[in-house]
Amino acid sequence: MPRVHIDVMPKDEILDPQGQAIERALPQLGFAGVRSVRVGKHFELDVDDTADLEERVRAMADSLLANSVIERFRYHVEP
Amino acid sequence: MRVGVVQFPGSCDDRDAAWAVRVLGAEPVVLWHGDAWLAGVDAVVLPGGFSYGDYLRSGALARFSPVMGSVGAFARRGGPVLGVCNGFQVLCEAGLLPGALTRNAGLRFVARDQSVRVEARCVWTAGIRPGTVLALPVKHGDGRYVHPEPDALATGGQVLARYCDPDGVVGTAGNPNGSVAAIAGVTNAAGNVAGLMPHPEHAVDPLLGSTDGRLLLGAVLAAVAA
Repeated sequence: MPRVHIDVMPKDEILDPQGQAIERALPQLGFAGVRSVRVGKHFELDVDDTADLEERVRAMADSLLANSVIERFRYHVEP
Repeated sequence: MRVGVVQFPGSCDDRDAAWAVRVLGAEPVVLWHGDAWLAGVDAVVLPGGFSYGDYLRSGALARFSPVMGSVGAFARRGGPVLGVCNGFQVLCEAGLLPGALTRNAGLRFVARDQSVRVEARCVWTAGIRPGTVLALPVKHGDGRYVHPEPDALATGGQVLARYCDPDGVVGTAGNPNGSVAAIAGVTNAAGNVAGLMPHPEHAVDPLLGSTDGRLLLGAVLAAVAA
């Protein structure tokens, strides 16, 4: 059964205060050189292998997993 | 005049909303999220809370409940629908209102009395002169309104209210959550569906500090009764 990995990230133009808070915290722990942090979500779905698998994944991401007003997604199918 | 108040698992302002409707002289009807029947109500309020635990995104799962299919159809027929706080998030997720609500810019849950300036006339603000400043409580963690073209929204008369200071000045000082253009509430193009982060239903009794919520909730009662 293929495993589908889907990453949902805030669009570049959307302010990500969680990412900013982490960005500010890292230097305090001694990690220098981090220029930017963005926080998103990672989904792993085990799905039936069908010919329209990718189409279904895109539909699921479009309709529920990501909100297209504020987020973008990308996916990867692990056979 | 009967006003439906939707009860989702995780709603917490449903009783206050129903109580406010009664205070204003209408009959509240509690609508269960699992029922698609709207009981013939004249208007619908989606209350605040944390529907379905706010899993995934605030309001994202509530829109799939049976009642929301009927609320969508009711809204498309021109029925008055108001979403407050979590209800606003649900309406945005359902595509009945433009934009989206995201984590507060300051990352903190904000609970305070808030001034908002009413801007557009819609079914829910029919009795309020644009420019009027209302005092309403806010209490939310995901209240930062996002829209790619806030100016176009305002030009189209869809900005219902903006956060402001007590004198009515809109600016970053009065903005509790970093919303774009300090937008506190919006309406759909037709003006029958509205969403607000501040809570009019918590501001209908002098004991609670403000009765400005009566203006918002009362307008629709008058409009529907007419």
